[in-house]
Amino acid sequence: MRVAEAWRVALDALRANRLRSSLTMLGVIIGVASVVLLVAIGTGTKQQVEQQVEGLGSNLLLVVPGKIEVGTAPVVSPLTLKDVDAVSRVVGDPQRVAVTVASGATARAGARSDFTTVQGVLETTPTVFTRSLARGRYLTGTDVDTSRRVAVLGDSVARTLFPDRDPLGQQVTLAGVRFRVIGVFAPLGQSLGVDRDDEVHVPVTAAQRLWGTQRVDGIAVKAPDRERIDELGERIVAELNRRHPDTEFSAVTQQQILGVLGDILGVLTGVLAAIAGISLLVGGVGVSNIMLVSVRERTREIGLRKAVGARPRDIGVQFLLEAVLLTTIGGLTGMALGVGTALLVDALSPIPAAITWWSLALAFGVSAAVGIVFGVVPAQRAGRLDPVVALRAE
Amino acid sequence: MTEPAAPARDGEPPGAGSAGERVAAIEAVDVSRTYQLDGVSVEALRGVSLTVQPGDYVALVGPSGSGKSTLMHLLGGLDRPTGGRLVIGGRDVNTLSPPEMAALRNETIGFVFQAFHLLPRTSAVENVALPLVYRGVSARQRRERAAAMLGRVGLGHRLDHRPNQMSGGEQQRVAIARALVTEPTVLLADEPTGNLDSVTGAAVLELLERLNAESGVALVMVTHDQEVAARAARRITMRDGVVVADSATDAHDRPLSVDHGRPETLVPAPSAEPRSVSGSGPGHPSGGSGGAAGATGRLPREVDADGPGVDRPAGAA
Repeated sequence: MRVAEAWRVALDALRANRLRSSLTMLGVIIGVASVVLLVAIGTGTKQQVEQQVEGLGSNLLLVVPGKIEVGTAPVVSPLTLKDVDAVSRVVGDPQRVAVTVASGATARAGARSDFTTVQGVLETTPTVFTRSLARGRYLTGTDVDTSRRVAVLGDSVARTLFPDRDPLGQQVTLAGVRFRVIGVFAPLGQSLGVDRDDEVHVPVTAAQRLWGTQRVDGIAVKAPDRERIDELGERIVAELNRRHPDTEFSAVTQQQILGVLGDILGVLTGVLAAIAGISLLVGGVGVSNIMLVSVRERTREIGLRKAVGARPRDIGVQFLLEAVLLTTIGGLTGMALGVGTALLVDALSPIPAAITWWSLALAFGVSAAVGIVFGVVPAQRAGRLDPVVALRAE
Repeated sequence: MTEPAAPARDGEPPGAGSAGERVAAIEAVDVSRTYQLDGVSVEALRGVSLTVQPGDYVALVGPSGSGKSTLMHLLGGLDRPTGGRLVIGGRDVNTLSPPEMAALRNETIGFVFQAFHLLPRTSAVENVALPLVYRGVSARQRRERAAAMLGRVGLGHRLDHRPNQMSGGEQQRVAIARALVTEPTVLLADEPTGNLDSVTGAAVLELLERLNAESGVALVMVTHDQEVAARAARRITMRDGVVVADSATDAHDRPLSVDHGRPETLVPAPSAEPRSVSGSGPGHPSGGSGGAAGATGRLPREVDADGPGVDRPAGAA
C-alpha cells in the first residue's frame, strides 16, 4: 500500500509538471536513442560484413605468406605458379585452387581513366569464389595458358570507363598495355566503405608479364568438405614450408576471418555506444537536478507526510520512484526514437542498421539505473528533511 | 465542556485505568530544546514540565518567541528535546529511531495546522486517508474510514472535492478529519483558526471542542486569541521558553483539589494567576537567575504524574 501510494504520488508529480518532466526526459531520450541507433548501426555493419565474407563462397581456405596477426608487416610473397601446382596436387583438384597477384594500376579507355586494382587470376576464380558475370564471359584456361591480354571489368570500372557504351569487345589500357574486355562482373556493392566493384581481372600470366614478376600473392582453396578444412590447411602449409623453408605461411578459414572482423567491429560498436552513453550520463545529471528542485518545491508536503507518519524511507522511495519513472519513461521513448531512426537509416541510406533485443534491454536497464543512481541523492535528502523545518518552508 | 474526558483509549497499556488513574497521553519532565544557529546556542525551551491527560482541552498561549511552537513540535513527536524526558503514548522519544518516531506520530498524534497543509490536486477523502496510507490500511478501508470521518466533520457531501474547490473553513475541516482519522490520543492544533474569519473560525473551534468531548481525544491548541484561549478547560502560558502558568497545576494548590485536579471540572475558566508556575522540573541552569517578580512556584503536596515539583523562578528573562 505504501508502494502503491508512492507510485500514485510520483505519477501525479510528473503529470503536474508536464513541460518540466518532458524537458528532463529529453536528455535521457536523446541518450538512449543515440545508444540504440549507434548499436544498431554497428550490429548492422557487422552482419553485412559477415554476409559478405560468407558470400565469398563456402569452405574457403586462404593461404598467404606471413602470419595473419594485427601488427605484423606484410611479407613479399615467394610463391610462384609452381607452388600453385604443388598446392593443387595436395588438394587433388586444380579446379578448387585460385590465385591472385594484385597491384594498383590506371585503366584507360579513350579519354577516360580510372585508378583501380588489377588482379592476375586463374580461370578457376568463379568456381572458388562466388562471382557472377553481368555480361560476356570469364577467363578460360586457354587465356591463362597463352597469357592472352583479355580483361573482365568490375561493375564500377565498367561504368567509369564506358558510361554510354557496351564495354564488351572494347580496348582498355592497363599500365600502358592494351587488353580486350571480354566480360563485366555483376555488382557486389560496398563493404566497410570499400567499393568491391573497383577491380579488373586478367590472366595471372598476363599480369605477371605486365609487372615483370613471377610472384603470386596468395592462394585460395575451396575445400571439399567443411570438417577436414583445417587439416587440409595444415597439409598445404606443410607443403609450402617444405618448398620455402625460410618463409612462414598461414592458412585461414572464413570463420577465422569473421572472428577477427567481428572483434574489430565489436570494439568499434562498443566505443560508439560509450560515446552515446555520455549523453545519457548528462541526461542523468539533469534528472538529479530537477529532482532536487522537486524536493525543494515540495518541502511542505514532505513535512506534512512526515507529520502524519511517513517514515524517512517512505519519502525516499517516493522521490526515487519519481526519478526512476522519469528516466524509464524517457528510456522507452528514446528506444522508440532510436529504433525508428535506425529503421529509417537502414531503409534510406547505404548504412546498414539492425535492432537487437539485447541492445534494447540494455538501454532500458541503463535508463532505469540512471534514475536510481541520480535519484538517490535527492531522495535521501527528502527522506532526511527535518519535519519541523519542512512544515515551516514556504 | 461539561463532560469529563473519555476513559483511557485503546492502545494504552491495559490496567492503566484502574482505580480511576489514567496514563498520561504526553508527559514532559524538565524538557529543554536548544538550537544551534550558526554556532550560537539558542534556548527555545528551558525546562518545561507538563502532562497532557486523555481528554484534556488545553490552550497553549504566550507571545511570539515564547517557545509555544517548539513545545508543540516536541509534544507532537516532530522534534526531540535536547534535555529532560519526553514520553508520548508511553514511549520515551529519546529512545526512538526516526522510523519509530514516525510510527508514534501516526498512532498517537493528530496535527491541525494554521495553513491547513492539505495536498493540492488531491481530493478531500484522499487527503483525509493519507495517514492511513502510512499505517498500511487497504485502499478500500482507507476510503471508508476517511469518508466516515469527513461525515463527522460535516463534509460528507464533499468527498471528492479538491482543496482549491473548498472554502478555508472546509479545508480546515478536512485537515481536522485527517488528524482524527487515525483515532489519535492527542490532537495538536497550531492556530487552527488563524487563517479563518471569525465566524468560520468559531465554527471550526466548536467542531474541535465537540470532537474533543465526543471522542475523548486530548486537544492541545496553540492560540493568540484570548477569547479562544478562554474557552479551553486548561490554559498553559509560556514566556521565554518556560511555562509561567498552568491552570491545571495551579489547581493543585486549591484546598479542595484532591487528585490531579481534572481541569475539565475544576477549572471552568482560566482564572489562575498568570505568573503561577507549573510546579515541575528542577530549574534550568541558566534559568535560575534570581527570583523574578512573582516567583511563586509551589511544591505540590504529592509527587504525582505531573512530575516532581521543585521551586523554580518564573518569568526568568
